[in-house]
Amino acid sequence: MKNDSVKKVVATGIGAALFFVLARFVAIPSGIPNTNIALQYGIQAVFAVLFGPVVGALSGFIGHILTDLTWGSVWWSWAFGTCVYGLIVGLFAKKINIYDGNFGKSEIITYAVANLIANIVAWPIIAAVGDVLIYKEPFSLVFAQLMVAAVADFACAMVVGGLILFGYSKTIAKSGSLDKE
Amino acid sequence: MNKVLNYIPKDSFIHRLSGTTKLVIFLTFSILCGASFDTRVLIALFILSVIGFLLSKISLREIRVMTTFLAVFLTLNFILLFIFNPEYGCELYGSRTVVAHLWGRYYITLEQLFYQFNVVLKYVIGFPIAILFISTTNPSEFAASLNSIGIPYKASYSVSLALRYIPDIQKDYHEISQSQEARGVALGKDVRFTERIKNSIKILMPLVLTSLSRIDEISNSMQLRSFGKKKKRTWYVLKKMTAADYAMIVFCAVILIGGLIITNQGGNNLYNPFVR
Amino acid sequence: MDKKPIISFKNFSFQYNAQKQPTLKNINLDIYPGEKILVCGASGSGKSTLGNCINGLIPFSFNGKIEGSLVVDGIETKNSSIFELSTRVGTVLQDPDRQFVGLTVAEDIAFALENDCVEQSELIRQTFLSAQTVNIQDHLNKAPFDLSGGQKQRVSMAGVLVDKVKILLFDEPLANLDPATGKSAIELIEKIKNDTDTTVLIIEHRIEDVMWERVDRIILMDEGIIVADMNPQQMLKSSLLRDYGIREPLYLTSLKYAGVDINGVRNIDNIRYLELSETDRSTVNRWFQEQDKPVRKNDNDYILEVDGLNFAYEGGHQVLFDVSFKIKKGEMLAIVGTNGAGKSTLCKVICNFEKASQGKIVFDHEDITEKTIRARAKHIGYVMQNPNQMISQTMIYDEVAMGLAHSGLSEDEIREKVFEMLKVCGLYEFRNWPISALSFGQKKRVTIASILVMGPQIIILDEPTAGQDYRHYTEIMEFLKSMNSRGITVIMITHDMHLMLEYTDRALVFSKGHLIADESSSAVLCDPELVREASLKETSLFNIAEMCGIDDPVEFVDCFIECEKKGRESDE
Repeated sequence: MKNDSVKKVVATGIGAALFFVLARFVAIPSGIPNTNIALQYGIQAVFAVLFGPVVGALSGFIGHILTDLTWGSVWWSWAFGTCVYGLIVGLFAKKINIYDGNFGKSEIITYAVANLIANIVAWPIIAAVGDVLIYKEPFSLVFAQLMVAAVADFACAMVVGGLILFGYSKTIAKSGSLDKE
Repeated sequence: MNKVLNYIPKDSFIHRLSGTTKLVIFLTFSILCGASFDTRVLIALFILSVIGFLLSKISLREIRVMTTFLAVFLTLNFILLFIFNPEYGCELYGSRTVVAHLWGRYYITLEQLFYQFNVVLKYVIGFPIAILFISTTNPSEFAASLNSIGIPYKASYSVSLALRYIPDIQKDYHEISQSQEARGVALGKDVRFTERIKNSIKILMPLVLTSLSRIDEISNSMQLRSFGKKKKRTWYVLKKMTAADYAMIVFCAVILIGGLIITNQGGNNLYNPFVR
Repeated sequence: MDKKPIISFKNFSFQYNAQKQPTLKNINLDIYPGEKILVCGASGSGKSTLGNCINGLIPFSFNGKIEGSLVVDGIETKNSSIFELSTRVGTVLQDPDRQFVGLTVAEDIAFALENDCVEQSELIRQTFLSAQTVNIQDHLNKAPFDLSGGQKQRVSMAGVLVDKVKILLFDEPLANLDPATGKSAIELIEKIKNDTDTTVLIIEHRIEDVMWERVDRIILMDEGIIVADMNPQQMLKSSLLRDYGIREPLYLTSLKYAGVDINGVRNIDNIRYLELSETDRSTVNRWFQEQDKPVRKNDNDYILEVDGLNFAYEGGHQVLFDVSFKIKKGEMLAIVGTNGAGKSTLCKVICNFEKASQGKIVFDHEDITEKTIRARAKHIGYVMQNPNQMISQTMIYDEVAMGLAHSGLSEDEIREKVFEMLKVCGLYEFRNWPISALSFGQKKRVTIASILVMGPQIIILDEPTAGQDYRHYTEIMEFLKSMNSRGITVIMITHDMHLMLEYTDRALVFSKGHLIADESSSAVLCDPELVREASLKETSLFNIAEMCGIDDPVEFVDCFIECEKKGRESDE
């Protein structure tokens, strides 16, 4: 693709805007009191797969910081976690290659592996270390919180992100093969 | 004016500073506040941020929502920290001064109180600074400021685009979810969990697809107006740096270096009043 | 002409990578400096592709294969770059929201100069000058959502003018504007052309609206080739427009119906300068006398009654003021007015997407003011303007079946209902296709089907034909008419005065949140006062009626519409 870089700039901006809107205004109860499903991570994963690691990382990072700013304080450790999460999923984008119109078994497995690694690195490692370093919070507490986050985000990215990618792959199916019935 | 972030236009010393300077202040405080657990440094930062806040002429009433949110969050966090590990402060400071016994393993110790005081302080410092940054900086200046502290202009422009299209995407989301609701797509508590997830896809799918077509069209229109042509770009909104701006940046450098030196004096970033 | 062309296509072909056939086939076309050209053609004719070749999006953004040569202002495009071309060709795209990338008006106008590293004081000066050209200089600090559609488009124009381009390219500039704003956009384009001495290309299928100001040439495209390239007079006197699915100006059609000899009419290309001879006028009058005057009657019961409706947003900004009206069963009705007049809001309040602050809504004698979105949706269906915002499934069947999921029907019953609906909508043969393989018009039908399958008695459509060419427009509207004849009441929000005249009996006219008229559509468009107040555009049929001294222009318009209907029926 030519002039890909401008498209990536725009994808980062729109991805961040989507992240913001979902994080800030959309509350779908998760079943656990006062906790909502973090749909934004599903969308971030979709953008990482569609546009690669840089867009995946920056769209989430910008979206996260803007969301935090509306609450009056930026939670840097988690913002970096979000950034790393998008980066790692994005690194697998070439392997998944959604633009072929395929999102079958092998792509889903790659996507799952990507998400597993990304969630483990982003939350119980990057964000937890950040929280411990910055706030000197007890590692056990931080780790427990972030494991919950990692599991929830993994599930969300798999189900929400996965289904959207699957739907998207269908929209690029070749139309030459179609017959009226 | 863009209403995504709570920008409150006024005429004050802080408002008149260039966005670049305010970004530098914001980052200096964020870094120092993140890196230091030295109570003296934190108190100094807190006093400075309150002074900044007073200078900005922003009234507490204008940021009521955020203040309430912070208060609730801090209270919860305070309780959670205590319940989860009431002895953590003692481990950290290497001593144990019991003030009272509550029940079971829960003792109130001076060390734990002091530790939690520091945590609260850290959150509280971040607050006026973040508020100060977003309420006194015109969002239009964000991208230009990021670019002027060395972030590549393309990445900086993404921030501007995000701010530009948040209202549009919010409207999209609202309209899509309403029209889906009319067809029986509900997301409330009364819907089964798996159903809720399925339903959220029915809203997200059109939202993502329209966003993708939006990306194509916007990037075409930006290329048609030379975005990406040169290695640099200029900014209509960038405020000229004044003497006050340079003074503030020098001031930031001084407190950053000073703060880091004081913090690391004892070999770690703690200030420990319990050591004799 | 011995001048050198500023745009010159020589044996030019272009084929998108994804397509089997070239989209442009062997184009030969010269455009000279200072010309004003209208490019028209049905959708898929290649007219937008032609524009994208000129501004450089092809081949620099869309991949494909170019054959032959295209020289723009002395540069062979395929050896150039989009950046080099963009300083010569300014493009104003169809949707101003996608082109308006700055956070404020000033930033957006300055965008191209910023990218060119123009120094700040010069940026500010040039931005202001450019803003003045389009008269937007008083709004420099406004954000896009504080502007109307017309203002946004003017910002887009200023944003390309700032580059001092030699060629201005407009891609369907009228598609998103209300009629009065569209008219001023066309006037502004003419003014800019004269002030800046640019060459102007307008790609648009609504030719009557473009020809409000003079154009030098019309280029008619079909299936990737130029089928005609002639001056407007010749073009209108031929039958080419009709043959290739472009709607000719209404006044012209009416003169043809009346049997006026078009070849003898002077200035046939512009309603403002059109001259009818004595004979022509009496021909029209004679025709009018001979027509059976149509009488429309609807004795049905009321199905929707809205009484004293007020609506304000949470911040207190009031959008609807004391709106009351009644709609009878089986009506086909238009809601018209400027953007922001409250049309869409009214429909959202009727569907409970927004909660009325005051007032009563009665459906089939039952007060539904307190009912939920879902409960109302069973009776009143709402179809959004952009089908992509409604479609959430990948397969047509699933999309149409979605609304029945929780209806308590068995799977077999659902299938039966869906199949029946697909047959009615002419989509049955596609039932196992992915929706992405459908055209825009077909997608639109899928969304209508997905609403109708729930069995509403009223269907509300927001701009059902926006951006559609004449053939698709007719297709969608005839489909809605057939639904209407099955007893469904159809309410349409529209900017399209043709649609309103041809397909609706009655119009509710809104201005600034007030219902200012509730009359027959032809009467609305023959009332200059009302037309002005609601930013509509009077029909050129009214001008013809006036020119010919017909004292009841409304009846003249009705006769014309009747003729059109008969014509369409005999076509089938």
